Amino acid sequence: MIKIPEPNKIFAITSRAPKYVFFLFVVVLSVGLIEALLLSPEDYKQSHSVRIMYVHVPAAWISLGIFSGITLLSLSGYIFKNKNFFLIAKSLAPSGLVFNIIALVTGSIWGKPTWGTWWAWDARITSMLILSLFYLMYLIAWRIYNDDEKVIRATTLITIFGIINVPVIKYSVNWWNTLHQPASINLLSESSIHSSMLVPLTIMTAAFALFSLLIFLMKYNTELIRLKTKGLDRL
Amino acid sequence: MINEIINMNGYGVYVWSAFSFTLVCFTSLYLVIKAQYIKERNKFILKFGSLDSKQVEAAKTQKINIEILSSGQII
Repeated sequence: MIKIPEPNKIFAITSRAPKYVFFLFVVVLSVGLIEALLLSPEDYKQSHSVRIMYVHVPAAWISLGIFSGITLLSLSGYIFKNKNFFLIAKSLAPSGLVFNIIALVTGSIWGKPTWGTWWAWDARITSMLILSLFYLMYLIAWRIYNDDEKVIRATTLITIFGIINVPVIKYSVNWWNTLHQPASINLLSESSIHSSMLVPLTIMTAAFALFSLLIFLMKYNTELIRLKTKGLDRL
Repeated sequence: MINEIINMNGYGVYVWSAFSFTLVCFTSLYLVIKAQYIKERNKFILKFGSLDSKQVEAAKTQKINIEILSSGQII
């Protein structure tokens, strides 16, 4: 049986953490923006439009990571009957959706100078759009169901169906002929991206990850307070 | 120099709009979540204030209730 700290005990930490995370986020984002917009070189083919990568790629990575995390938490919550897992998953979803929208919109902006079009029904882009629909369904399910059991079942089902789409997003550029370029960064083999571009990309990814942590902490605290307000009714 | 940074060989409009959109999304999400937090905290304080002395004593046995009351603005 997995034992994680009870919300009662962790509120003391989660309520103090946001201000430190916010400070760190501002510092890392400032360094990342200077690197991405001023110091990193332009691409020999795409020229300065390559700089869009520094917001597009981290947003896509984090959006995929958060959805995978939500699925894992929902399944764990369902198996171990622990409602705190669902609370954590619910608190992660808003930043996941926003990162997904950022990835789609910045991808579209990048597409215009690179491919000559704002949008194409390409496998990668379409599967990312489908992911945003799963995020929307997940968040709407939390809003429309009042019954705990129903919402837990609905959100877990949405994440199970949604997670099938995640490997499709990842491998779509290898499985099909797409406009979208294949991955330049591979964990298991040599990456084709130069270090002068990898450094700003890493810093921006760290900044985006800190922002999602900040939003998660704020949302989680909000959910805990909502629960405790309900608890006062029962006194 | 400044013109070069703004224009970026004609790609400036795409690059700056992508970065601006990202920052607008960040700010909006932050403000929405912060507003939700303040709203829920105010609801909690209001409800806590409406409790009678016996209920207040019972509520105070849970450390988290005291933490919520003493926690100020989130940032």
